[in-house]
Amino acid sequence: MFDDFFIRALVAGLGIALVTGPLGCFVVWRRLSYFGDTLAHSALLGVTMAYTLELNIALSVFIISSLIALILIQLQKKTNLPGDALLGLLAHSSLAVGLVVIGFLTFIRFDIMGLLFGDILAVTTDDLLIIWTGGAVILLVLKLIWKPLFASTVNYELAEAEGLNPDRAKAIFTILMAAVIAISIKMVGLLLITGMLIIPAAMARNISDSPIKMVIYSIIGGLLSVVLGLFSSLEFNTSSGPSIIVAALILFILSLLNIKQSIKLKN
Amino acid sequence: MSRENNTLVKLNNAGFKQNGKWLVEGVTLAVEKGKIVTLIGPNGSGKSTTAKIALGIYKNIEGSVEKYTNKVGYVPQKISIDWTLPIRVQDFMLLTENIKEEKIDEALSLTGVIHLKNKSLGNLSGGEFQRVLIARAICKKPELLVLDEPVQGVDYTGEIALYELIKKISDSLHCGILLISHDLHTVMTATDYVVCLNGHVCCSGSPMDVARNNEYKTLFGEQASKILSVYEHKHDHVHSDEGEIKKN
Ligand SMILES: Nc1ncnc2c1ncn2[C@@H]1O[C@H](COP(=O)(O)OP(=O)(O)OP(=O)(O)O)[C@@H](O)[C@H]1O
Ligand SMILES: [Mg+2]
Repeated sequence: MFDDFFIRALVAGLGIALVTGPLGCFVVWRRLSYFGDTLAHSALLGVTMAYTLELNIALSVFIISSLIALILIQLQKKTNLPGDALLGLLAHSSLAVGLVVIGFLTFIRFDIMGLLFGDILAVTTDDLLIIWTGGAVILLVLKLIWKPLFASTVNYELAEAEGLNPDRAKAIFTILMAAVIAISIKMVGLLLITGMLIIPAAMARNISDSPIKMVIYSIIGGLLSVVLGLFSSLEFNTSSGPSIIVAALILFILSLLNIKQSIKLKN
Repeated sequence: MSRENNTLVKLNNAGFKQNGKWLVEGVTLAVEKGKIVTLIGPNGSGKSTTAKIALGIYKNIEGSVEKYTNKVGYVPQKISIDWTLPIRVQDFMLLTENIKEEKIDEALSLTGVIHLKNKSLGNLSGGEFQRVLIARAICKKPELLVLDEPVQGVDYTGEIALYELIKKISDSLHCGILLISHDLHTVMTATDYVVCLNGHVCCSGSPMDVARNNEYKTLFGEQASKILSVYEHKHDHVHSDEGEIKKN
């Protein structure tokens, strides 16, 4: 039952969960779930670019996602369209362009399901290297910008007034989002990456009363989801992405019990 | 422009325009170490805007700001915090700087809210939250304190105690304070320099000078002259924390 590919998938998934845990908390706090979704949708374009130019997938997804983030910021400045419309526009058009381009690349056999929903068979040793070094860099940078990022999440003006440079922290955080999507696309699939960011963090919110606790529970929730999800993916022969997300969902539902209890206590 | 030794922040003919409308214009003032500068003026006269210009929150301003310190404590007038964040009072105290536990306790005790340290920020009452805001601003031992109506919503005795605390802090930390207050009485008694705003600086100077100014009198009317008489009959008593009046 424990094949090499499975161990690789497990090591990859755990590495991803360590990074999506804390990043996901900021996605929840800053209400960025649709932003994450948009970047993830654009990842398909990144994948096609990787195949045509023979680049590393994570690298080209990172480049394309960062580019889309930049375009979004420019559109927000230059047009009067509301933010969610712009996000939808970019998400669906980049997904559509990606699919059309795939249609042209007839010489390559694409596993579309694998791209959309993740494929544990696809994880190579090189991917592990990218996930763990990339993940370590992401976490390190997040730690460095933690103070200004968190302070400006609580209140932008306080952070600005007290000299923390929140705009720079926000820009760096956007790059980290693109990076986390790039390293987790193979495993979770582009339609479900945002779920990996949000669901463990949402679960953690239900059982924490401080930011640090929420980050820790979010990491633990992500790790558990990966383990449970991958085992059931192997057992039931389901895609890895949905299996991990369903496991996270179950943890979230369990965490709701905690809310019910604390409401009862209050009454 | 050269820096006079003790200046912490200096506005030179500063103003801020949004959508073609001036929020405030032509403000010149300087806050020095150990000095309290107070902004007064009716609602909408540009006091908060001036504070935000001084703090660098508004960036595309007219005129110029020279800021000589980054150790700043800010108590905003209005603060929108997303209450879905899981954040306790003690986490909030560390928001912009890491501070030793005992310093946090000390600051929270000074503003009378040490018992709320482990409470969730979202569950505080208005006055309690205001006291936490002040504690957070003073506990990082700033060189410049900007207090925008810091005692709003605080009960009467607390208000007096907090103003005394602010005065004490300006002396002990030797920090400069930019204070915005509607309480003319406090303003006139504990301030070194008063700037009276009404979309622009309508008059400024020592409290005495401003109190005698005619524009100031028209702006504040009745209340102004009453306060002036209080001010002129020299201070002969202090208020204790409990709010009783003690003769000196
Ligand atoms: N973000 C904004 N956009 C547009 N106008 C604004 C903005 N903020 C403030 N104003 C306007 O600028 C003027 C000055 O506002 P400001 O908040 O500085 O007044 P204030 O003196 O602090 O008043 P108060 O005593 O009510 O606190 C007001 O007329 C207000 O309506
Ligand atoms: Mg104001």
